[in-house]
Amino acid sequence: MIRRGTGPDLAVGGFVLLLGLLALWQTSIIPVSPIYAQVGPKAVPYVVSAGLLALGAGLAATALRGGWSHRLEEVREAPPTNWRALGMLLAGLAANLVLIGPLGFSIAASAQFVLVAAAFGSRRLPRDLVLAVVLTLLAWFLFVELLGVNIGAGVLEGLVLRALGRDVME
Amino acid sequence: MMDTIAGLQLGFSHALTLTNLGWALLGCFLGTAIGVLPGIGPALTIALLLPITFQVEATGAFILFCGVFYGAMYGGSTTSILLNTPGESGSIITALEGAKMARNGRAGPALATAAIGSFVAGTIGTLGISFLGPVVVDLALRLGPAEYFSLMVLCFVTVSAVLGGSALRGLTSLFFGLLLGLVGIDLQTGQPRMTLGVPELLDGVNVVLVAVALFAVGETLYMAWRHTDAKAQVRKVGSIMMSRSDWKRSIGPWFRGSLLGFPFGVMPAGGTEMPTMLSYYAERKLVKPEHAGEFGTTGAIEGVAGPEAANNAAAAGILVPMLTLGLPTSATAAIMLSAFQSYGINPGPLLFEQQGALVWTLIASLYIANIMLVVLNLPLVGLWARILKIPQPQLYAGILVFATIGTYGISNSVTDLVLLYVIGIIGMFMRRFDFPTAPVVIGMILGPMAEQAMRQALTISEGDWTTFATRPVSLAILLLALAALVGPRLYGRFAGAR
Repeated sequence: MIRRGTGPDLAVGGFVLLLGLLALWQTSIIPVSPIYAQVGPKAVPYVVSAGLLALGAGLAATALRGGWSHRLEEVREAPPTNWRALGMLLAGLAANLVLIGPLGFSIAASAQFVLVAAAFGSRRLPRDLVLAVVLTLLAWFLFVELLGVNIGAGVLEGLVLRALGRDVME
Repeated sequence: MMDTIAGLQLGFSHALTLTNLGWALLGCFLGTAIGVLPGIGPALTIALLLPITFQVEATGAFILFCGVFYGAMYGGSTTSILLNTPGESGSIITALEGAKMARNGRAGPALATAAIGSFVAGTIGTLGISFLGPVVVDLALRLGPAEYFSLMVLCFVTVSAVLGGSALRGLTSLFFGLLLGLVGIDLQTGQPRMTLGVPELLDGVNVVLVAVALFAVGETLYMAWRHTDAKAQVRKVGSIMMSRSDWKRSIGPWFRGSLLGFPFGVMPAGGTEMPTMLSYYAERKLVKPEHAGEFGTTGAIEGVAGPEAANNAAAAGILVPMLTLGLPTSATAAIMLSAFQSYGINPGPLLFEQQGALVWTLIASLYIANIMLVVLNLPLVGLWARILKIPQPQLYAGILVFATIGTYGISNSVTDLVLLYVIGIIGMFMRRFDFPTAPVVIGMILGPMAEQAMRQALTISEGDWTTFATRPVSLAILLLALAALVGPRLYGRFAGAR
């Protein structure tokens, strides 16, 4: 009989095992160094790969003995999975990923902001949109001007910079 | 002793300039704010602020970071008390009694005792750093690469296997971090490792990206996964005046908590959970019989004063191994270490010699930050309580805006964003399956340093692996690590057999 909670925990063990195998494969293709070294570049990666494989096996074994996560208070008392919220949040991340290249940070992050806020139950779309545009532009200027981070000006940033009478580097 | 006093004189003379006071104030303000906000911690904030290291000289940046670090400890208690949601792990215990006091209309005194207790503990902790630091440095200067490597192994074991729910899960987190640390060009031989053939990964995985992924993206995803429309209630602050009896009952716990917390922070075990818990149980035992009934019912002030002091003293203690040995024992310390690296400074025993002015200015600014924080926190507590009213949807949406810009700013690369989301999703599952996240960041930063120390040691010993076991100090540290790993389990088996 498979006990309650075994499935998900077993999947975690499997994931760690896969990660270990991936690490092992990547280690095996590290080119042999032409430079002499007492300890080559492969030694520690092998140790880490072996560690991940052993830990994955350990987790899987624990899972087969009934798992651990059903005993956690946080999991027992957790509300059911909120697919709507999670889906909208992931949509927000995806929107950001697609838009940030062609349109720039502010528009992409604003789209993300609105979707994330909606995911957490906000129903005031116009207000969120205004808030998003203001916040993302503020964040952009803060990072670019004050922290000196190099983030190219997108469509919206360009408009604001031109309105301020400044040159826009594309 | 004399070193310390001369050092502090030098440090204060640098720290009391207008610019550096400004950095301290900014750090304290920001730190308190992010400490109050649930979902953001000092590790994430300092990670996002890391680009400042390219703009500002090291002293200013580290004063800012330390202000954030200390400020977050103060701010965390506000959330625990008013919202009954601990902002970070060290405040979990504070929420026990603090939230009960708030429910009974005593939020004000609870906040006051937490703030003053944090001040007492922060000051004692900073005194501890000032006097213990040089002593540890003297000892550490005698350590070679072999001892260093063993020390790092000990650190790995304690941060992952001793703390938290399970050694297996803690170690898995650590090895995930070690794996991330391996990605990129091997510094010694120039060979690419673990890059999956992706050219963007040749430079390695950025620590900012990992911190943001785990602490912002993973956390937000998890909150969405478990989202319900239920709203948490923010309690009213009321008057923050402590009565005579409140003062009398708080003083003992403040000092006991501080003395308990600091050593825990100094030991490579790190962590603030254990000392806060111990302080709570101690105060519960030591409380006068006439107040004993308040524990767990109406909320006892001792149960806030003690753990909150222990929390801050432990946080201060964490800076000792970070500054003197270059060993980070918390996620925040690991991020600060990477800030040192971006200045080309290697924290460790030589730091006190080569960068004496920087270190002592930093320590002096910790004293100043403590004073600023108690002033910021007592009269302005209403402001911080208002920050708690930022609604959850906009809060998390905002956190992700900063997560995006912090990551995209690294190299304007969409690949980085993909990696951010992938590690973020892993972080969400780590949260669900109770894997600690701090060992990932520590492993990622400390892993490459440990590898380097190991290779140096083996070069010195001409490839003889027994060097780690034949050098007595190294052997002792390794045995300690082994004891920390298997000790609790053996004890459990022994206790179970009886």
